[in-house]
Amino acid sequence: MLMKKMLEELHALAGSINKPLKLMEVCGTHTVEIFRHGIRDVIPNKITLLSGPGCPVCVTSVRDVDAAISIAKNRDVIMATFGDMMRVPGGTQSLLEARSEGADVRVLYSPFDALTLAQKEKDKTVVFFATGFETTSPLIAGTLAHAELAGTKNFTIYAAHKLVPPALKALLDSPDVQVDGFILPGHVSTIIGTVPYAFVAAEYKKPSVVTGFAAEEIIQGILMIVRQVAEKRAAVEIQYTSVVREEGNPRAVALLDKYFEPADAYWRGIGVIPGSGLKLRDQFKSFDANKKFHPPISDAKEPELCSCGDILRGVKIPTECPLFGTGCTPEDPVGPCMVSTEGSCAAYYKYGHR
Amino acid sequence: MDRILLGHGSGGKLMHDLIRQYFSPAFGIEGAGDSAVVNVPSNRLAYTTDSYVVTPLFFPGGNIGDLAVNGTVNDLAVSGAVPLFLTVGFVIEEGFPFDDLKKIIASMSNAARKAAVKIVAGDTKVVNKGKADGIFINTSGIGVLPGERWIAASLIRQGDKVIISGEIGSHGVAVMAERNGLTFAPPVISDTRALNGIVREMYDVASDIHFMRDPTRGGLATTLKEAALESKLCIRIREQSLPIPPGVKGACGLLGLDPLFVANEGILIAVVKASDAEAITSAMRKHEHGRHAAIIGEIADAPSGVVLLETTIGGTRIIDMLQGEQLPRIC
Repeated sequence: MLMKKMLEELHALAGSINKPLKLMEVCGTHTVEIFRHGIRDVIPNKITLLSGPGCPVCVTSVRDVDAAISIAKNRDVIMATFGDMMRVPGGTQSLLEARSEGADVRVLYSPFDALTLAQKEKDKTVVFFATGFETTSPLIAGTLAHAELAGTKNFTIYAAHKLVPPALKALLDSPDVQVDGFILPGHVSTIIGTVPYAFVAAEYKKPSVVTGFAAEEIIQGILMIVRQVAEKRAAVEIQYTSVVREEGNPRAVALLDKYFEPADAYWRGIGVIPGSGLKLRDQFKSFDANKKFHPPISDAKEPELCSCGDILRGVKIPTECPLFGTGCTPEDPVGPCMVSTEGSCAAYYKYGHR
Repeated sequence: MDRILLGHGSGGKLMHDLIRQYFSPAFGIEGAGDSAVVNVPSNRLAYTTDSYVVTPLFFPGGNIGDLAVNGTVNDLAVSGAVPLFLTVGFVIEEGFPFDDLKKIIASMSNAARKAAVKIVAGDTKVVNKGKADGIFINTSGIGVLPGERWIAASLIRQGDKVIISGEIGSHGVAVMAERNGLTFAPPVISDTRALNGIVREMYDVASDIHFMRDPTRGGLATTLKEAALESKLCIRIREQSLPIPPGVKGACGLLGLDPLFVANEGILIAVVKASDAEAITSAMRKHEHGRHAAIIGEIADAPSGVVLLETTIGGTRIIDMLQGEQLPRIC
């Protein structure tokens, strides 16, 4: 059996490396799948898996949540969002609480549904709270293309998109982050390919592998990283070859580039990372909810004891947070990592901590 | 007339006609007294009630009507009871299409016939447009418990085996797909069906079933966790033994759902003595609703109140209850 062979090789290689290895799974989906498959139980003890910043809900700042809430309270607005964003606490409340006070906030599965909603509710402005990484943003760009074509004037977005490679660079530059290799998100690379990650190997000498989400794929991704460590080399490799090409999806990238340009973005718990967000280009400002509604800039701070920031950077694991499981649970979350199904705290709580 | 009017619920002529022309013949209700009078062959009764508000009302493999009959029949069946009589209450929104109501009534009648239960009493209310979502249905049911039958989590013992009667996740995925306009090939069909037949087969080969439940909302995971908590024992499940249809697996992958947490409407889990497990499972497999029956795990004494899943690759993970609603992933 392939799995057995891979695990044997992994254990043998780990035995030959005389230091503990810390690998970061950047993507929240990986965090969940690693728990679901019980992967920590079968890999060598020497390998520690750390969760990274790849949970879109988790890294959305309090400021963005507050801005969305402020826009949603406008009487002529329907705020549309992905489900996970509903319960993320802002400075004083969440979108869910705003809804219970009368704001029209709707959970949708796709930005296209928001456009359809706008075309139906002509006397309202539909604002899509656009969060997510390179996997989600092309969908938004595609929706904008449709809106442009149809001449839909009452559809706008609040753009809180994030980019993965600049966040990795920020992590690698911070002295308290100790990572020996990266399990890179498979889905993001279906869009951007591997080239934007080249610096991880070239400048920082960290092995990294774009990895799929099935148990065998994750094990193989880990094995490919450990092989690089054993061979004392660093490269960006693709495990997820069935879906990911080196050049990614140039059409999706072009579509993104048409509507958006990189901008500095504030990541919850991490701070401002240069060039790590996306904003609408000037000629598309009619789609920009920020420019239409000018929400006040919230000065709310992230909750003091919440360790989401350190957890997103792989400096702490969820169980090291003083609030974990007592002051902060999925039913009554303090930080976003406990809200999102992809959040590492929620995953630890659900699958692992007892 | 093609739509339900407020008058259909007001107690006058329209309502009289509705009952006489549609409900009574479909359900075989005779007379129009204020109560049904029934004879039961035992003085140990099981009695349950449930309300159905599913949306969409029609989904691949069923609709709110057969769901309402099967759901209540199943609640009785997994209590060890033989379901006999149901009552049904409709709350209908003004303007509801008559054709849809006819379809729903027909499938209720059909489901009751298949489950060999009789609908003996009913009620209809019509509310103003906007005050309900099409139609809501409540069903209550009575069944009898033959002999000394007793089903309770407190009867679960260390060493017992856990059996599942069929594939998981079909109902939840079918409804979710319909709701979101997704189609799968082959389509995922709801598993709504009555389980009293298969329960009868089980009791035919073993009189001592410790625990049964149908894992509906919250899925298999939630039901197992409840059983672990109530019995104060540990349930160990093998992922490899879980019957998950390829369509459910695919859809869950796509939507970011875990099949263990997806609703079912036509399967049960049973906890039985280890020595009875094989016989019960093979009896179940002979029944049309039990072809995928399987022993999926066993009961250990510790850790108390915990459900452990042994994953396909040999790791373990803890299974907890569903928290809130399962939502599709956003990245």
